[in-house]
Amino acid sequence: MSVARVAGGEANRPARSARRLIRAAALNGAGAAIALVTLVPIGWMLSTSFKPGREIFSLTPHPLPAHPTLANFRAVISGGVIGHPFWVFLANSLLVTVTAVAASSTLALLAAIAVARFRFRFRSTYLIMLLVVQMLPQQALVIALFIDFRATGLLDSLAGLFLAYTAFALPISIWMLRSFVAAVPKEMEEAAAIDGAGPVRVFWRILFPLTAPGLVATSVFSFIYAWNEFTFALTFLGTDQAKYTLPIYVTYFFNKGGADWGAIMAASALYTIPPIVFFLLVQRRMARGLVAGAVKG
Amino acid sequence: MTSAGVARRAGRNGQAARPGPPGALPARPPAGTRAVAWLRRRRLAPYLLLLPSLAVAGLLIAWPAVQLGVFSFQNYGLPQLAGAQPAQWAGLANFSAILKDPEFWLALRNSCLFAVAVVPLTLLAGTCVGLLLNRLGKPMATFVSTTALLAWATPAISATVIFFWLFSPDGGVVDWALAGLPHWLGGGSHWTGFSWTNASLPVYTVLTVLLVWQGFPFIAVSVLAGLRTVPAELLEAARVDGTGPWRGFWKITYPLLKPVFLVLTLLSIIWDFGVFPQAYLLTGELGNRDEYNLGIYAYAKAFTMPPSYGLGAALALILTVILLIITVGYVRASIRQGALQ
Repeated sequence: MSVARVAGGEANRPARSARRLIRAAALNGAGAAIALVTLVPIGWMLSTSFKPGREIFSLTPHPLPAHPTLANFRAVISGGVIGHPFWVFLANSLLVTVTAVAASSTLALLAAIAVARFRFRFRSTYLIMLLVVQMLPQQALVIALFIDFRATGLLDSLAGLFLAYTAFALPISIWMLRSFVAAVPKEMEEAAAIDGAGPVRVFWRILFPLTAPGLVATSVFSFIYAWNEFTFALTFLGTDQAKYTLPIYVTYFFNKGGADWGAIMAASALYTIPPIVFFLLVQRRMARGLVAGAVKG
Repeated sequence: MTSAGVARRAGRNGQAARPGPPGALPARPPAGTRAVAWLRRRRLAPYLLLLPSLAVAGLLIAWPAVQLGVFSFQNYGLPQLAGAQPAQWAGLANFSAILKDPEFWLALRNSCLFAVAVVPLTLLAGTCVGLLLNRLGKPMATFVSTTALLAWATPAISATVIFFWLFSPDGGVVDWALAGLPHWLGGGSHWTGFSWTNASLPVYTVLTVLLVWQGFPFIAVSVLAGLRTVPAELLEAARVDGTGPWRGFWKITYPLLKPVFLVLTLLSIIWDFGVFPQAYLLTGELGNRDEYNLGIYAYAKAFTMPPSYGLGAALALILTVILLIITVGYVRASIRQGALQ
């Protein structure tokens, strides 16, 4: 900008600053419009979930409920349609997601150290395999996994989902973590080792704290993956409703709830809020990890 | 000496993994042997670190992928699943049945047309937002990218259910808004109570809007990260030379970001071609056969009564092979960007 201003000369300054103001206003206006359009579906879900029935089906929809009510949430939490209270499904989802994230982050950290800190045979092959495996369609593999899980008694069980989520969160976790491990200066580890710190100590005192932000970003990523996962849950959790995770519960509610959009929106709001809050907490690092994961910028 | 700490840590793990001599402290071996042992451990270290994740991924990803290939050449249905009959080799029967099946060609067409529509739209929307984010002040850029990424973090099932409600013929806000539009914009009362789920075109229109909404934030953030690497002096120089923003984009930004765009295009194709959860719900949970895409068709063949896992596996294999062909391009583009360093 400064070069342009010098080229324009002093006399043009007021006109230029006016044009700059207009441009800034237009850019910010466009930004606000995009934010608004993006938020409309989420906002509409929240607003509908607080509306009483007659407002939901009113001929002229209003963005905000005129008489907000918690009736929809009460109906969902008591679980009228499905016969189990909401907490059962929340607990199932939390259990599967948290254990899978912990397991896959641990395995991924070990693998990421190997990839970031060592040069070994097959290293490039391994990295290429990571990229390829990430792209295998779950909706294809689910057919073979279903047959395996049936043979090993892992259908209708949260343990089966835990295993599947742990495995399928691995490639992207390793891929993301390796750039965080590589960013830790080797010299720090070497200095600690020279000072007599054992390898375990070096890991806990240096490598682990310094990769912790990356571990958090990766965990959020795999949390969102496992929390949102639908295909495996749909296929593996068949008849035992007490084992349903939240996405299956929301789908069930959606099918059996008729056109009770207030309750359906309340159910999906309760399901949507955890990943969104989680994401907002670590938003900055998340965006960085997201880019590091798929496109090394 | 590279990362002695990690190497030694891994080395210790390695030692534990191999059967060591029983008893407490072994006698200190001579220095030469120790050095050799250390070297061997160091060489083994990366493999030992990789072992747990390889075992899990091998068992739950690679092995099922192999089985998928096997099943696709077999006659595998309910009796085989129950163990009442052994699976029989069927040669190419599954594949020839698929190629003769008009539903397969319809599903393939749906998948292709959908990818052709949604991938450019997502890229275009994402790139525009990325360019905008790059020019906004920091607080506004953070705000816009945060809201955009909320759409990305929203679970597919929630997003689909929300869009069902937005596009509902009965009280949905989209039909209401379209009915209120002036005629010259295509609005009018014929939109009142319009059902979006009865035919392929409306269903895929909703699916397109939904996937653009969920997909553009990732593109925007990636493009923004790429834009940050474009040297500001280049754009500055172009502006001084009187190059407009449109020409500046095509002459400077686009050529520099071409690898990023290539990767994003290929990723979007891979993600959208056989898209499952959203399409599964929107097409009536395997209800409307003429609205199937390839992912749903494979799933339906395997899991609706009577289940034919062989046919489903063959279809899934076709889907996987198509995606792998695109993945080859993706991997090559990533390597060219230095992804393996």
